[in-house]
Amino acid sequence: MYSNLWLIPFFPLVGSIINGLFGKKIKNEKVIGTIGTVAIFLSFLVSCQNFFRLLGDSEKVHQQVIASWMSVGNLQVDWGFLLDPLSALMIMVVTGVGSLIHLYSIGYMHGEVGFYRFFSYLNLFCFSMLMLVLGSNALVMFIGWEGVGLCSYLLIGYYFEKKSAGDAAKKAFVVNRIGDFGFLCGLLTLFWALGSKGVWTLNFVEISENAHLLPSGGILITVITLCFFLGATGKSAQLPLYTWLPDAMEGPTPVSALIHAATMVTAGVYMIARMNILFAMAPTTMMVIAIVGAATAIFAASIGFAQNDIKRVLAYSTVSQLGFMFLAMGVGAFTAGVFHLMTHAFFKACLFLGSGSVIHGMHHGFHHAHLHDDPQDMRNMGGLSKKMPITYWTFLLSTIAIAGVPLFSAFFSKDEILWWAFGSTRGHWGLWLVGVIAAGMTAFYMFRCVSMTFWGPQKTNAKARDHIPESPWTITLPLIVLAFLAVVGGYVGVPAVLGGANHIHHYFEPVFGHAQELFRIEAHGTHATEYATMAISVLIAFVGIGIAIYMYLKRPELPGKFTSAFAGLHKTVYNKWYVDELYDFLFVNPCKKIGTFLWKGFDVCVVDGVVNGCGWVVKGLSSGLRYTQSGLLHNYAVAMVVGVVVMVGYYVFG
Amino acid sequence: MISVYHYMILSAILFSIGTFGVLTRKNMIVIFMCIELMLNSVNLTFIALSRHLGNMDGQIFVFFVMTVAAAEAAVGLALIIAFYRNKESVEVDDFNLLKW
Repeated sequence: MYSNLWLIPFFPLVGSIINGLFGKKIKNEKVIGTIGTVAIFLSFLVSCQNFFRLLGDSEKVHQQVIASWMSVGNLQVDWGFLLDPLSALMIMVVTGVGSLIHLYSIGYMHGEVGFYRFFSYLNLFCFSMLMLVLGSNALVMFIGWEGVGLCSYLLIGYYFEKKSAGDAAKKAFVVNRIGDFGFLCGLLTLFWALGSKGVWTLNFVEISENAHLLPSGGILITVITLCFFLGATGKSAQLPLYTWLPDAMEGPTPVSALIHAATMVTAGVYMIARMNILFAMAPTTMMVIAIVGAATAIFAASIGFAQNDIKRVLAYSTVSQLGFMFLAMGVGAFTAGVFHLMTHAFFKACLFLGSGSVIHGMHHGFHHAHLHDDPQDMRNMGGLSKKMPITYWTFLLSTIAIAGVPLFSAFFSKDEILWWAFGSTRGHWGLWLVGVIAAGMTAFYMFRCVSMTFWGPQKTNAKARDHIPESPWTITLPLIVLAFLAVVGGYVGVPAVLGGANHIHHYFEPVFGHAQELFRIEAHGTHATEYATMAISVLIAFVGIGIAIYMYLKRPELPGKFTSAFAGLHKTVYNKWYVDELYDFLFVNPCKKIGTFLWKGFDVCVVDGVVNGCGWVVKGLSSGLRYTQSGLLHNYAVAMVVGVVVMVGYYVFG
Repeated sequence: MISVYHYMILSAILFSIGTFGVLTRKNMIVIFMCIELMLNSVNLTFIALSRHLGNMDGQIFVFFVMTVAAAEAAVGLALIIAFYRNKESVEVDDFNLLKW
């Protein structure tokens, strides 16, 4: 019945291969773009079919095995796909947002030299991501996990002739390796732990069914889940491994939208949701996750205050929103976390694509005026709302959504998270407080971004000012669709306290219900408290918006005064709390020193020393011996005679 | 009465003269003649001992040695002529290209 699941990752793979192998020959941008977009759109159609079929099905967990991968002793690993409410939602998000971003890329990447390369990578990324979310066992998931990391590397380094892009790509890859190491450690420990109880399996369904064999809350399960969480912090850019994500903005903007906002960075959240039962068994790990999530949310938001590059603001916003998702996971609000993942995919993809549209327009203007100003610097913008109305309205709607204004999507998802942080059996009011402050900061820096970009007087160089066009339809159409989703996406999860049916909660019941019931993870509290927390978060969101509008629109001289009054603080925040410098000092430079030592000390002296030493010994001996080769006949003759005399003498007298 | 010892002594003297000549003379033709002298002193030993022991093997060996000497003379003289054409000299010290 669900036998066409394999088609979902198959289409992008085919698209990637066609564009990768023949794209250079095809050349025609329209053909290449169409191949890439149609490939992912076909996946989207198949995903829709499976999603709606699953909605109407009473049986919620389906597995499909394509082929056997390996069979070792009692272990059987298959190329298998798993369709349950969680993976069904994820494939909808990945293929849906992915299709829109492919369409957008046709317009945005127009005229790039590596157009075919870009689409090949983008399709390959979609393939990997779909393998990640659809894989029925941890090894297939790991293939996807590594695949998205690779595609992320390739796409960040798309402009590889720029040193900063190459460095950013390397940084992303290396930091992700640290996380992958944790993922593998967790996976192998889990495999061994379950195996020692007689269950050799990597299949998620079987892992969930047999998780009770491990002692709940024990040191073993805590270590396993902490290792998995380390993997998640790498992929999902949490403290302390978040530093790669802002640098990843070196990639083209559609990449930032698809990989570094909507899909790949949520892989860590997805992974925790997938193994929710294991995490539910380890309260210590959950606490760590919640604390890290909350800390990341507020820390990244604070950096977002002082950035002037429009994409960097959005990058730190992404890190911060991912922190919210991890906060949700940590307090046991798995549904809310995945809900926020979905709404975030809509509004953040829209914001990134909107920023891309702005950059596209600014670039066009500067190019026209032969200027070399930075098209991403918000200080060069302002007043763009009249120039690019569609971009402006979609950007504004998404900003309102992310700020948590009531009736927009993030209001429902973020509020659900904050409510669980406050009222969950695994929650704490401290976590809630941090979350609420971070939400207010989100509202502030996002409206700061809108004010600097779209409102107020135009600060663009006068020569370029009148040559900033609205983007073509391939760019604006995805913006409109995503903005629409960003507005209404939250209505699948209207909480009961507001008279909603909370569909998404029931939808995820088969995935998360068991763990939450077993370990009594629930949010409890009176309706009054729920209303109160909701009111506070709405209030603080409006305060954030108000301050931003007041500071950047009504009194534009205020930010300058503020920064000069707190120059030291501003400088620190502007430089991202010097975390990169700290990591350079603590890890990168020592590693470089060790590397230099191994190179100049060990390799050059010891390894090369042994090799060259052999040569030198032979050379020394032979340079002594070569004097015997005088080239004089008499010397040889004497040697012969002496030799004969000695030998004969030995036989005669010896 | 001339006994086999006298032959041996004569042969040793001839061989030593030949060796001495090879080691001391510079002219290649003289060295060549000295080598012939050494070969012939060995031939003398073979014949004398063959006669003394009543065994014909030694005399057969002499034929072999003479054959080899003839071949050597032909090849050696040809080489000397070739050298001479190159260097206008038959002094061995002039032929030292194979040293380090």
